[in-house]
Amino acid sequence: MGFCGLGESIGYQQLNMANDHVDQRAVKDFLYELLQRQITPSGREWLDQKLKQVGGDFTERDFYLAFGMVPRRIGKGPLEVPSAEREKAEALLGGFAPQFWTIEQTGRTILLLQIAQQGVGRFFEVVDKLFSTAEVGELVALYGSLALWPQPETQHGRATEGVRTNMTVVFDAIALNNPYPYSYLSEEAWNQLVLKAVFMGRPLYRIYGLDARANSRLAQMLSDFAHERWAAGRWVIPELWRPIGPFLNETYLQDVAKLFDDPDPMQQEAGALACSQANLPRARELLDSKPEIKSRIESGALSWEDLGERLWASRKG
Amino acid sequence: MSENEIMLIDPHIHLVSRTTDDYEAMKKAGVVAVIEPAFWQGQPRTEVGTFKDYFNQLVGWERFRASQFGIRHYCTIGLNPKEANNEPLAEQVMELLPRFLAKEGVVAVGEIGYDDQTKAEERYFSQQIELAKEVGIPIMIHTPHRDKKAGTIRSMDLCKDHGMDPNWVVVDHNNEETVKDVLDRGYWAAFSIYPHTKMGNERMVEIVKQYGDDRIIVDSSADWGISDPLAVPKTAALMLDRGLSEETVRKVCYRNALEAYSKSGQMAEQDWLAGVTIDQRQTFHKSTVLRGQEPRVEESASNVIQ
Repeated sequence: MGFCGLGESIGYQQLNMANDHVDQRAVKDFLYELLQRQITPSGREWLDQKLKQVGGDFTERDFYLAFGMVPRRIGKGPLEVPSAEREKAEALLGGFAPQFWTIEQTGRTILLLQIAQQGVGRFFEVVDKLFSTAEVGELVALYGSLALWPQPETQHGRATEGVRTNMTVVFDAIALNNPYPYSYLSEEAWNQLVLKAVFMGRPLYRIYGLDARANSRLAQMLSDFAHERWAAGRWVIPELWRPIGPFLNETYLQDVAKLFDDPDPMQQEAGALACSQANLPRARELLDSKPEIKSRIESGALSWEDLGERLWASRKG
Repeated sequence: MSENEIMLIDPHIHLVSRTTDDYEAMKKAGVVAVIEPAFWQGQPRTEVGTFKDYFNQLVGWERFRASQFGIRHYCTIGLNPKEANNEPLAEQVMELLPRFLAKEGVVAVGEIGYDDQTKAEERYFSQQIELAKEVGIPIMIHTPHRDKKAGTIRSMDLCKDHGMDPNWVVVDHNNEETVKDVLDRGYWAAFSIYPHTKMGNERMVEIVKQYGDDRIIVDSSADWGISDPLAVPKTAALMLDRGLSEETVRKVCYRNALEAYSKSGQMAEQDWLAGVTIDQRQTFHKSTVLRGQEPRVEESASNVIQ
């Protein structure tokens, strides 16, 4: 593979051992079931034929062509995933969320999972070459499905490399609604992912496991970033304070206190949410200064999740 | 003319060499879609890996970069005639091509054709015509700068020998000397409005007046040389000024290119008419080319850089 991630020794995958046992066949069947509701009979016929072809004695050329042709054969657009199916996805693998996928991404993932059953050696041989000439949509399918592959723990170097992309759609495929980084990235790579998401203006609430993998080094990096932005007179995304919350100390509290004076209600909410995560007298004082926000936090009406959703819904418009 | 009223396509432009200012200006001038043909890079490459990365850039980063300015980006993939003369390298590039030709947004094999009109050029030109037939996409032909007329005729003869339907072939970089043969033989005739060397746009107006608007395509071929990424919008405006109809301008600066390259099945008007709503995740909060700035909404007269 040629990837020797810096975080090799950290072995973060131990956190989520269950991910090592994804049933590729079950996932493939599940995705196929979802997909076939949305594609035309001729698209389905083509897919069936290709699945049969690459499920047998296929050449690499057959596979690359099929993988490339997916959108023109089965179509494009968002994949529709009813809520009952979302639960099934979650049961197959925590964090697996195909409701954020596209039709073509799903078709390509089904093809990948089909050859995954042909032996790991062959699978990675094909996948290595795929990566080296993949276009944007193909990269999305590859990175988006890393956690569903056999031996996903071997791919952390690849994911770390992928995070360095500047193509938003490719970055999103790795960073957002994807359980892979949470389960397998080293702390250094994880922190880079979160920081880069902030830098690129991506919605943090869609990063799977954001709270679970908060760490003091990340809190420091995010706080430094906020200071840089403030120094330049620029806006700071309120979600930035989410991974800082659990590590609030006197220094970070000075930052958070500023949010309470910000005219933007979402900045105030972010400050209050961060304070609610800490058990410090000054944090309680700050929180008490905004009784209305405090009561919404206590009742569960205001959460980081809810703040993120509202924030990104407003920025979309 | 109010430039935004007519949608324009620049079906030949090397955007890897252009700046974001160019993209902004093109968008503002009404360019909705571009085709970036694979060509040489100003100096010969020495390794097949640099071809691979270049092709990757055309189907990857450059496409994304264009999308950030609201422009749909397509490309053509091929071994250009200049570099076909390095045969050991050319062989390796030929092996690479099938992996790219069936990719999304690849609308033709190109630019292929003749440069010095050598045997090596002809061999790889022939092989690539066959590849285009196999994959079922059109061909974009680069006609030579030197001995152009003979090279153009020879290119069409070679296509004929391979049984290539002229309607699937765009012959580019035409001028007053080549246009008649190309049109008479049923090919698409493209013109590169490229200052000093290829065509000026006043001459272009005269050609359209003389030959009509069927199968004529205007492009910029803007690249790393002194060239103009607004050549298509400027020519469209000049045509209207000089009395050509809006319908004619629409054909030569938009519809003809669309018709020729959409035969690939990889380019459709719907791609830009539906615009960014096709997949909001792709363009949601444009950020990476903008590196954290807010998108520039309009030109500012201020010297302040925020």
